[in-house]
Amino acid sequence: MKRLMAFLVIVFVATGGGAFAGSLYPEIPKAVGAAHPEGSAFMRINHMKLLRHDRDETMRLGNRDTQYSLKECVACHAVMGPDALPISVKEEGHFCRSCHEYAAVKVDCFQCHNSKPDAGFTALLAQSPAASSDDIAAYLDGVTQ
Amino acid sequence: MKLPALNNEAVRPAEMNRRDFFKSGAAVASVTLAPGVTLMAFGGEANATADADKRWGMLIDVNKCATDCNACVTACSTENGWKMDGNPETDAQWIRKIDLTHKETGREASLPMMCQHCEEPPCVDVCPTGASFKRADGIVLVDKHTCIGCRYCMMACPFKARSFVHEDVEDQAAHAPRGKGTVESCTLCVHRVDEGGVPACVESCSATGHGAMMFGDLNDPASDIALALKNYASIGLRDDLRLNPGVRYTNL
Repeated sequence: MKRLMAFLVIVFVATGGGAFAGSLYPEIPKAVGAAHPEGSAFMRINHMKLLRHDRDETMRLGNRDTQYSLKECVACHAVMGPDALPISVKEEGHFCRSCHEYAAVKVDCFQCHNSKPDAGFTALLAQSPAASSDDIAAYLDGVTQ
Repeated sequence: MKLPALNNEAVRPAEMNRRDFFKSGAAVASVTLAPGVTLMAFGGEANATADADKRWGMLIDVNKCATDCNACVTACSTENGWKMDGNPETDAQWIRKIDLTHKETGREASLPMMCQHCEEPPCVDVCPTGASFKRADGIVLVDKHTCIGCRYCMMACPFKARSFVHEDVEDQAAHAPRGKGTVESCTLCVHRVDEGGVPACVESCSATGHGAMMFGDLNDPASDIALALKNYASIGLRDDLRLNPGVRYTNL
């Protein structure tokens, strides 16, 4: 059933996707790494809670092996500019900006944090494996929720 | 509110994170503190790197520190992404070199000056939001998520170790976030220390061949720094204030 749903969604996106090009919904850039196992809908609602929890773990307790970190968000969701380098949140099309602008929610993170990944991080991501079919199914589950 | 990490191995099984704990189906460990008061430990915080058994510190040999050398300052600036932009009034300054001349004897000394990572940090005492804090392993930090930029800590610090960020900052290092309206200071390169490294200033000091800075765990009697402190006379700056700084100086 899951596979059928996934197939249907793909067909729907492939055929009808064009109709949404001029829609009012934000165009959210695709990430390069594997999809969140929790699903995108969950992340859309809870990303700040997860980040806030893990930032305190790292900052206060020194736990640098947390599951969620802003460092990884900006790396995996990096959007490349015309010069093939990641763009900052000040430029249109940045992952965080695309949605936050639409929802009219101010992002304070980047007053202190860099909205572009480290050079080392970009290289690391290039080596990371592409999303597996399970990851894609999880992602699509999130989309259809 | 989280329970503080428990060091009792019977209560907190070592190397077990929350997920393993639930997977194992182990019973919840509990300690009776007083009749009717029970402390329950759910897997604990075994991942925490800030170990309360450690106290990170530094020993600086002033005789080995060269007057014309600025390597530690440059290394810190490169590592943590702060710059001196020619506005000494407002520029960030996590570490600086100080030249001293004894008025009577004329002896000249040069030393690096930064956050002294006090055991009793006045900056933590005065912070109204709890942003200024000391980690379990003795590193004093600013949590910029809660810092409101009141600068009480800058007033309280007897070492002038903290600076306020006056301008917008861009392209920060990923491991050293910093932004306008918050206070900052030496972090003892906590991102390196957590991964078993040494601070950038110490590394650069040995790279120049001076070797004036030593970093290590003051609580470990076998560490180089503890042995050096045991065998040679050293002082903490402003010992009269009884702050017990983690940074100590010899031959000053």
